[in-house]
Amino acid sequence: MSALLGKLSWDALPYDPIVITTLCVVAVAAFVVAFLVIKNNLLGVLWNDWLTSVDHKRLGVMYIVLAFVMLIRGFADAIMMRLQLALATNGDPGYLPPSHYDQIFTAHGVIMIIFMAMPFMIGLMNIVVPLQIGARDVAFPFLNNLSFWLAVSGAVLVNISLGLGEFAMTGWVAYPPLSGLEYSPGVGVDYYIWALQISGIGTTLTAVNFLVTVFKMRAPGMKLMDMPIFTWTCTWANILIAASFPILTAVLAMLTLDRYLDFHFFTNDGGGNSMMYINLFWAWGHPEVYILVLPAFGIFSEIVSTFTGKRLFGYKSMVWATASISILGFIVWLHHFFTMGSSANVNAFFGIMTMIIAVPTGVKLFNWLFTMYRGRLRVTVPVLWTLGFMVTFTIGGMTGVLLAVPGADYVLHNSLFLIAHFHNTIIGGAVFGYLAGFAFWFPKVMGFHLNVKLGKAAFWCWLVGFFLAFMPLYVLGFLGMTRRLNHTDNPDWNIWLYIAVVGAFVILAGIICQFLQLYVSFRDRKQNLDTTGDPWNGHTLEWATSSPPQFYNFAELPVVSDIDAFTDMKEKGTAYVRKESYAPIHMPRNTMAGIVIGGLITAFGFAMIWHIWWLAIVGLVGSIVTFVVRAYTKDVDYYVQPDEVARIENAHLDNVAKG
Amino acid sequence: MSDHSSEAHSHGSVKSYVVGFIWSVILTAIPFWMVMTEAFDKGPTYITIVVLAIVQIFVHLKYFLHLNFSQQGKLDTYSFIFSAVIIVMVVGLSVWIIYASNAMMM
Repeated sequence: MSALLGKLSWDALPYDPIVITTLCVVAVAAFVVAFLVIKNNLLGVLWNDWLTSVDHKRLGVMYIVLAFVMLIRGFADAIMMRLQLALATNGDPGYLPPSHYDQIFTAHGVIMIIFMAMPFMIGLMNIVVPLQIGARDVAFPFLNNLSFWLAVSGAVLVNISLGLGEFAMTGWVAYPPLSGLEYSPGVGVDYYIWALQISGIGTTLTAVNFLVTVFKMRAPGMKLMDMPIFTWTCTWANILIAASFPILTAVLAMLTLDRYLDFHFFTNDGGGNSMMYINLFWAWGHPEVYILVLPAFGIFSEIVSTFTGKRLFGYKSMVWATASISILGFIVWLHHFFTMGSSANVNAFFGIMTMIIAVPTGVKLFNWLFTMYRGRLRVTVPVLWTLGFMVTFTIGGMTGVLLAVPGADYVLHNSLFLIAHFHNTIIGGAVFGYLAGFAFWFPKVMGFHLNVKLGKAAFWCWLVGFFLAFMPLYVLGFLGMTRRLNHTDNPDWNIWLYIAVVGAFVILAGIICQFLQLYVSFRDRKQNLDTTGDPWNGHTLEWATSSPPQFYNFAELPVVSDIDAFTDMKEKGTAYVRKESYAPIHMPRNTMAGIVIGGLITAFGFAMIWHIWWLAIVGLVGSIVTFVVRAYTKDVDYYVQPDEVARIENAHLDNVAKG
Repeated sequence: MSDHSSEAHSHGSVKSYVVGFIWSVILTAIPFWMVMTEAFDKGPTYITIVVLAIVQIFVHLKYFLHLNFSQQGKLDTYSFIFSAVIIVMVVGLSVWIIYASNAMMM
C-alpha cells in the first residue's frame, strides 16, 4: 500500500470483457454528449441554468435525469441476471462467473432503490410540492442543490466501482459477517458503504428542507388539511425519512468502524452481534419502502381525481390512512427476518402488525375506486398507469399478507416468491406511480406534451412484461428456487426461467418506448406546446402557473380556501386575473457551492474506499471550508423587478386567452 | 423564499424559568436525599427515583422546551410526541427482538 495511491494499483482495472465493453460504450456515449454540448454552445447554459441552479423545478428535472440514467444501469444489471439464469440451466455455468454475478445483483438492488427510485420520487416532489402549496421555492434553496449533488456523488461512486475495483458481492442488504472485513476484504463493501452514506445524508437534508417548506411556507389561507394529497403523502414520506435515515447512517457508520478501525459491532468474535445489523438495517429498510410508495399513492390520487373531473373521495381518510401507514411502517420491520429465529411471540407480534398495515392501504384503494365511481374517466397515459397499478399492486399486497404469516414465511423466505412479491409492490406500486406522475406533470415542467402513442406502448410493454417476468418467480418460489442462485440444475424450473427472461425483454421494449417517446416529443414539441399551463383541467395550484412555470412560480402568492384550490379559483373567476402592478419578488441566487462540495465529497468517498488518506483529508476539509465560505457569503439573493414580472405574467395571460 | 415573518413563539419568561428550575431542584433533591440518608428501603428508593425522573422530564419539556398545546406550539409538541413514540417503539422492540433471539441461542 503506497501513501500516494492507497490500495489503488493496476490490479483495480477490469479484465472482464463484459465490463470493458460496457466501459467503452459509456466512454463513447460520454464523448458524444460532451461533443454535442460543446458544439451547440450549451456549456454556459448547462452550468448557469442547471448545474448551479437552486430552482426547485430545475433540480427536480435533474433528479429525474439521474433516475433515468441509473434506471438504464440498473435495468442492464437486471436483464444480465435474467439472461444468465435462462442460460445457466441443467448444470451449465452460463456466461457470468459467480464473482461478477454477485456484484450485479448487489448493484441492481442498490441502484434501483437508492439511485433510481429515490431520485425519481425526490425529483417529482421537488417539482410539484412547492407549486402545490403556492410557495416560490423550498425553505433552503441552496441546501436543496447540495442534497442533489450528494445524491449524484453516491451514484458516481457506484458507477466508478464498475471500472475501478469491484462492487459489493453481498446482496443489497450487505449483512455481516459476510460484509465484514473477514469475508469481504476487497473494496466492494466500502463502495457500498460510502455511496449509501453520502447519498443518505443528502436524502435526510432533503426531508428536513421539505418539512420546513410545508410547515412554514404554505400559501396564505392554506391549512394543513387543505394541502393537496400529493403534498401530504410527500410530507409523510419526509417524516419517515427524517426518522429512519439516521438509523441507516448509524448502522453504516458502525459497519465502517468494524471494517476500518477493528471495532466489533457485528463481528462473530469480540462480542459482536451481526443480528443487530440486520435488525437496524430493516428498522430503516422497512420505512424506506413506504418512503418510496407513499408519494406514488399521492400521485395516483391526484391523477384519479383530475381525470375523473371530481374531487378526491375521502380526502381526510386518505391523509389519516397515510399517517397510520407511516406509523405502523415503523413496527413491522422484523417481517424481513422472521427466520432469524426470535421467539414465537416476537414473530407473532410483527406478523400481525404486518397484516394490519394492509388495512389503511386497502382504504386508499377503495377511495380511488369511489372517486372513479360515476365519474367520467378520461383514459390518458397517466390514467393507464394508475389502472395498471391498482391491479398489479393489489396482487403484490396480497402476496405480502401471505408472507406476513411467519409460518408461511419460513417456507418462502429468500425464495423467488419473495423476489416476485417485492418487485410486485415496488414496480407495480412505486415505479408505475412515478411514471404516471412523469406523464402527468411533464407538460407542466417542459411546456410541451408527451407523445401519446408511444406513452401507451410503453405502458403496455411494462405491464405485460412485468407479469411475464415476475409471475413465474412466484411459481419458482413455490418450487423451492432460492434467490441469488448463479446457475441451476432442475428441469422443472427451466420453463419458468425462460418465460421470465422473455418478460424482461418486453420490459426492455417498454423502456425503449419511454426514451423514444422523449425523443419524438422533443422533436415535435412545436406542434404540441402547452400554452395554457393547465392541460388536464387540473385541481391544484401547480396548474395555475404557466408551462413551464415562471421561475418565481407565483407573481402574487395565491390565497387558498379549498383543497382543490385551483378549481375553486376557476369557479370563482379569480384565476387568470390581470394585475395592474406587481410587488418585487425576492429570489435566491444560483450558487456553485453545491457542485463543488459534491465533487469534494466524491473525492473524499473515493479516497476512503481506497485508503488514500491525504485525499480523504483534502476532500473532507475542502468541503467543510466551501460550506463555511458559502455560509458567510452575503450576496445570496436578489429582487425580480415589477416590470419584468408584469412582462412575464402578461405574456402568459395572452397565451391563455389565445387558448 | 419565506416571508421572514417571525411567528410569536413563546420563549418563556424569567418567571417560567425560575418555576421550572425550582421544580427541577425539588425533584432532584428528594431522591438525592433518599439515597444519601438511606431513610428508606432499596425498593421504594428505586421507584421514587424513576418516578421523579419521569416527572422531571415533563417539567423540562414544559418550562425549558416550551412544549404546549397552544395554536403556535401544537406542531412542536406533536412532532416531539411523534419522535418519542417512534424512538420508544424502535428501541423497545429492538431490545425485545435481540433479547428474545439471544434467549433462543442459550
